Amino acid sequence: MKIIVTILVLAAIVFIAWWFFKKDKKQGTQAVVNGENQAVTINVDGGYTPETVDLKKGVPATLNFYRKDPSTCLEEVVFSDFGIKEKLPQNKTQAIQIDTSHEGEFEYACGMNMYHGKVIIK
Amino acid sequence: MKSIKTRFIIALIFSLPMLLEMLLKPWGVMLPGHQVTMFVLTTIVMVLADGPFIRSAWAAFKHHNANMDTLVAVGTLTAYLYSIYAMLTHKPVFFEIAAFVVTFVLLGQVFEEMSKTTANSAVTKLLSLQAKMAMVKRNGEFINLPIQEVKVGDLILVKPGEKIPVDGIIKKGQSSVDESMITGESMPVTKRTGDQVIGSTLNKTGVLEFSAQKIGEETMLAQIVTIVKKAQTSRAPIQKVVDKISSVFVPVVLILALLTYLVWFVILDASNVDALLYAVAVVIVACPCALGIATPTALMVGTGRSAKMGILIKNGEILEEINQIKAIAFDKTGTITQGKPEVTDIYGDQKTVLSLAAGLEQYSEHPLAQAIVKKAQSLQIEPAAIQNFQNIEGKGVKGVYRKKIVSLGNAKLTDEFEISVELSEQYHRYQDQAKTVAILAWGQKVIGLIAIQDTPKSSAKAAISALKSRGLQTVMITGDNQKVANQIAKQVGIDKVVAEVLPENKAMEVKHLQVNGAKVAFVGDGINDAPALSVADIGIAMGSGTDIAIEAGDIVLVKNDLQDVVRSLELSRKIVKRIKLNLFWAFIYNVIGIPVAAGCLAFLGISLSPELAGLAMAFSSLSVVLSSLMLNFEKIK
Repeated sequence: MKIIVTILVLAAIVFIAWWFFKKDKKQGTQAVVNGENQAVTINVDGGYTPETVDLKKGVPATLNFYRKDPSTCLEEVVFSDFGIKEKLPQNKTQAIQIDTSHEGEFEYACGMNMYHGKVIIK
Repeated sequence: MKSIKTRFIIALIFSLPMLLEMLLKPWGVMLPGHQVTMFVLTTIVMVLADGPFIRSAWAAFKHHNANMDTLVAVGTLTAYLYSIYAMLTHKPVFFEIAAFVVTFVLLGQVFEEMSKTTANSAVTKLLSLQAKMAMVKRNGEFINLPIQEVKVGDLILVKPGEKIPVDGIIKKGQSSVDESMITGESMPVTKRTGDQVIGSTLNKTGVLEFSAQKIGEETMLAQIVTIVKKAQTSRAPIQKVVDKISSVFVPVVLILALLTYLVWFVILDASNVDALLYAVAVVIVACPCALGIATPTALMVGTGRSAKMGILIKNGEILEEINQIKAIAFDKTGTITQGKPEVTDIYGDQKTVLSLAAGLEQYSEHPLAQAIVKKAQSLQIEPAAIQNFQNIEGKGVKGVYRKKIVSLGNAKLTDEFEISVELSEQYHRYQDQAKTVAILAWGQKVIGLIAIQDTPKSSAKAAISALKSRGLQTVMITGDNQKVANQIAKQVGIDKVVAEVLPENKAMEVKHLQVNGAKVAFVGDGINDAPALSVADIGIAMGSGTDIAIEAGDIVLVKNDLQDVVRSLELSRKIVKRIKLNLFWAFIYNVIGIPVAAGCLAFLGISLSPELAGLAMAFSSLSVVLSSLMLNFEKIK
C-alpha cells in the first residue's frame, strides 16, 4: 500500500513540475488592420489568449480584453510602460488603446504580476 | 456573475449550521441527519461560492499557470472529495473544513477589495476635482457650457465659490484662490490681472475673468493625473525578485504539500486522514497574494499621498536610488532664489532717485529694470517724465529730464561723471554684499545708487540645513558671477559653489559630481535645466506656472517650495521602507506558516488546522494592504 502511495505521489510531483515549469513558446497574433485602426481581442481566462500580440508601428491600436475568468487575480490589467491600469469587468469587453508610436516589446500583466502577456510593436 | 460579497454571504449562511454544530458538539448537540446534512450544505458552498475559484484554477491550469485560486481550489476539493469518499465508506468526514476555508478566504477578499479601493483612490479623487461646466463668453454673453466645449482663448467667468474650470491667465478681477488640491499649498493665493490660474482650483472671494490657455489633456490637472497613473503602474526594482519567486510559488507549494503527505503517511506512519489534513493545511496557508501585492499597493498609496502634497514621483524605479544619493546640486536663479531680482537698497534721496530711475526704465523688459519699476510702484513714486531715451550698449540708459541729461547704468558710467567719496565707498560696500548696483547721474553728478539682488526663497535656508543634516553635500551650480553666487550660498548655507557655468555646461558639472559612482540629485526648473536633470541620478524639477515639464526629471514639485525637496526624500524613504516591511511580512508569513501547517511543530503540540490556515491566509494579504494604507498616516514634516 505504502509503496503504491509513494509512487503515485512522486509521479504527481513530477507531473506538477513538468506541467507548470515547461515553457511553451506561443505564436504572436497579428492585429487586424481595419482602415486606419488595428484591433485584437484578447480572451482573459486562466491567462491571456493570445498571449503575444503583434502590432504595426504607427497605426492606432485597440486591445479588446474580454474577461471570462471570475478570478480577482485577473480583474486588472497593467501596462506599466504605458501607465495603463484598467479594471476588466467580467463578461464584458474592455477596450484599451495602445500608443504604437515607438517600436519595442512591452509586457503587460495582471495586477499582481502573476499572469503575463506581451505586445510587440514593429 | 455573483460578486465576492454575495459569494461570501452564501458561504457564511451555509457554513453557519456546521460552525454551530462544531461549537455545541461537546454538549452532544448534532445537526439533524448529520453527515448527509453536512454534505448538502457543503455542496451548496462548493458550487456557489467555491465554484468560481475552481473554474479559474482550471482555466489557469490549462494555460500552465497557477495562482491563489489553484491553492484554494486544490485545498477545498481535496477536503470535499475525501469527505464524500469517507461518507460512503462510513469514516469520519471533514466537510466543514472545505466550507470554512471558502468562507474565510472570501471574507479576506471582501476586506481586501474594500481596502484596495481606498488605496486606489488617489487618481479617482484627482479626476473628481475637474469642473463639469464653465461660464464662457460667446457672442458677447457669458453662457454655461460643458467643459469639453471650452476652446483655447475663450473668456471665462468664475464667481466666488466656484471652481476654475481650465488653466488660463486672468484678464479682469482679483480674488484669492485655494490651490491646495493641486499644489498642496494650504494658504489661499492672491491672484490679480496677469496672474495664472490653475483649472480645478477653487475661487474664493472675487469675480474673475480669465482667458483659457490650456484645455483637456493639456491642463495641469490632466498632466498630474497622467504622471500619477504612470507612477502607480510602474514597478520598483525590488519587485523583480518577488516576481521570480511568485512565478514558481504555487507549483512549489503543491509539491511541498504532496511531500508533507508522503512524509506523514509513509515515513511517520500517521493515519491517512491526518496526513491528508496536514497537506491540505499547507496548500491553504500558502499565500502568494501577500507577496504579489506588497510592492504595488505601497507604491500606489505612497505616490498618491505625495501627489496630494504637490510632489509627483514619476517612477517607482527611482525610489531606492533616492536613498543612496550623496550630493544634491541646485540651480541658483529661480530654484534657490526667487528668480525675481528685487531692489534691496537705495542710496541718495529715495524719491528723486526712484522717480528718475523708474522714468528711465519703465518701458524696459530687463529683469533689473522691472525690479526698479516695481519698487517705485510699491512706494507709490511716480516715474519722472523723461525725454529722448537712449540705450547705451553695455552701460545703461540715458535720457533728458528738466533739460539735464540723466543716466542710469553700471560702473562703466562712473568714468564719465563725478562721484563723491561717500557714494564711491557705498558702491563698493554693496558690491561686497554681492548686489548688482545701478548708478544714477543727473547732469554731471552721480546722485544715487540702487542696489538690486535676487533674494533667496524663504524656504531655502531651512531646506538646505535639513538636507545637510541628512549627510548630503549641497552644491550650487550657476551661470552667475562668483561673488554673487558665494554670497547667496553663504546666506542659505550651501557647501560648494560652482559659478560662471554656461547653461549648456551644467550637465557636465553634474557629471563631475558623480565621480566614483556617487549618486547625485539635481534640482532645477524643468525647462532650462532639462539636460542636467536627465544626467543626474535623480532629477527634481521645480514647477513653474502651469507647465509641469512631464518629460524632464524623475520627481516634479508642483509648488515652488524648496522644503518639498526634503519632503520628497522623506516620502521616498518611507515608501521604500514600507515596501520592504510588506515584503518581509509576506515572506515571513509563508516561511513560518508553511512549516507549521506541514506539522513541523507537531511534536510540540502546535499545528494548524486547515480552517485556521484559511483564516491566516485571508488576513495575511489583508494585512499587507492595510500596512500600505498606513503610508497615508506617516508623519511628514
